[in-house]
Amino acid sequence: MQTKYLIIGNSAGGIGAAEAIRQMDKKGALTIVSDEPYPAYSRPLISKYLTGERTLEEILFRPPDFYDQNNIIFLPGKEVTHVELDHQTARLEDGEQIAWEKLLFAVGGKPIFPKMKGSGKRGVFTFTNLDDAKAIDRFLDNARKAVVIGGGLIGISVTEALIKRGVDVIVVEMKERILNTILDQQASLMAEEVLKQAGVEIIAGHTVVKISGRKAVKEVILDNGVAIPCDLVVVAIGVSPRPELALDAKLEINRGIVVDRHMATNHPGVYACGDVAEAYDFVYGENRPTPIWPNAYVGGRIAGFNMAGVTAEYPGGTAINSLNYFGIDIASAGMPTAPNDDGYETISKQEGNIYQKVILKNDLIMGMIFVGNIEKSGVIFGLMRDRVNVESFKQSLLADDFGLAFFPRPLWQERLTPSPDITLQPALPIEAEEETFAGE
Amino acid sequence: MKRVYVKEEVCIGCGLCQVYCQVEQSQSKDIIKAFKREAPRPLPRVHVERNVEICFPIQCRHCTEPWCVYSCLTGAMHKDPVSGMVSVDMEKCIGCWTCIVACPYGALSRDLNSKTIIKCDLCPGREIPACVLNCPNEALVLGVDEKEE
Ligand code: SF4
Ligand code: SF4
Repeated sequence: MQTKYLIIGNSAGGIGAAEAIRQMDKKGALTIVSDEPYPAYSRPLISKYLTGERTLEEILFRPPDFYDQNNIIFLPGKEVTHVELDHQTARLEDGEQIAWEKLLFAVGGKPIFPKMKGSGKRGVFTFTNLDDAKAIDRFLDNARKAVVIGGGLIGISVTEALIKRGVDVIVVEMKERILNTILDQQASLMAEEVLKQAGVEIIAGHTVVKISGRKAVKEVILDNGVAIPCDLVVVAIGVSPRPELALDAKLEINRGIVVDRHMATNHPGVYACGDVAEAYDFVYGENRPTPIWPNAYVGGRIAGFNMAGVTAEYPGGTAINSLNYFGIDIASAGMPTAPNDDGYETISKQEGNIYQKVILKNDLIMGMIFVGNIEKSGVIFGLMRDRVNVESFKQSLLADDFGLAFFPRPLWQERLTPSPDITLQPALPIEAEEETFAGE
Repeated sequence: MKRVYVKEEVCIGCGLCQVYCQVEQSQSKDIIKAFKREAPRPLPRVHVERNVEICFPIQCRHCTEPWCVYSCLTGAMHKDPVSGMVSVDMEKCIGCWTCIVACPYGALSRDLNSKTIIKCDLCPGREIPACVLNCPNEALVLGVDEKEE
């Protein structure tokens, strides 16, 4: 078959690209290939699927008629085994050839699975896609006690789901505290506290070296020799980009597929986004993988515009996370702790269950953490994304009532003043004359 | 695309827009009942910001490029391609608050009862939103972006 646009991958990045392409080009043949058999669903919601709070229909990312409505040829449950960049073709598992004009790699990441003896036993799972959630769900009738390896986002998310299903959970985290890549010490401690209250046991500073049992899991052995009996193990160490296809195709790859600010790879007409890509991170000022849902969508959107011939630039993304497991709200972005260098400044505040922190360098925001009260985190993140120099108002960043009114006048005016294309309507219908808006 | 604009120079920071927004979102549509009888009390979707002598209300800008929509984990937050209005599907929203981190205006709030986002919906069924209609000093105006229609 032939298609103008070929998107490999059907999650946030692929959908973001498809929507942008259709905004610009209603007709050009658009094909999405997915190795999963489902319409696009929200991966972060697989934990709600596992708890039984949501069905597949209820975690769909777009309405069921999305593909028809947007005139998209959707090939679910098919794996692309090979791409030929020079010939502009892709081959599917079943031998079918697809000729394309523009190609997007949005294939995501794959769970990191460390070397461990016994990892092939029954009862060992990962937790990144719906099939993982289904597999764990089927297994739960036989499980009373689980060990979750990895205290990052995926680990905590599956932990919460398992607790809700009545399973006892022990989290084994290699570093000295959970959520250490996105939180600082204080915020990690607060998160640990709520986990413990929910009955979760946390073993930090250790790794699992062996999973034992005859055919099924019976216990795990830690690096200090301690054995923990359990009947379920979830390996949740994180994801790494899945660039095998691109490797084959000889694209430039670092940790992920390297893309420029147009989400374009080093091969003309070929783009990448999401967890498989390594795009610009505005906090670090360099390309890095930031495997989070919003960046995948925005990157896909930018790729889609460029694929459709409309130049668009990726503003850059950084790790942002909002979590609310076990009833605690936490938002974080950028660097969780200031590096041990000169020039970093940290402003923080703690009042009871509320903790807030902003990291600055040269008066630019490099990182933020909000625990408890997160309602103004978006305003801070907006300043961070726009790389605004906050020198004149940095003392107010963590004020209780912080908001746009604390920005210097030109900054908030720029954000609130209507553009000249806008007709302002009279406030009251009885007024005959049209109001004019003077601004300042 | 419609959105509400503020004339900061005439805003007196009285907060009536916020009060009338709450009434509009209430069951009874009655100011006394809304505040004294309804539980939970309806939450406002507009907030008056005050910093010494500067004050103005903030409500959703129904952005042309809405970060909240692009960041939503579930597809609950969406922008209507025809009206341009940004709204949240309460059935789909899981209250993960990712959109709160994404919105640079701080225009979204948490409804801790329903565990969903609440935001300005431009008062469905009204020609002119309640905040605009009830501002005593006409500091709020409804703007229409013709380009975006
Ligand atoms: S919620 Fe914020 S980002 Fe979303 S449309 Fe409204 S103002 Fe824009
Ligand atoms: S809180 Fe609701 S609307 Fe906001 S990102 Fe999460 S699911 Fe989407």
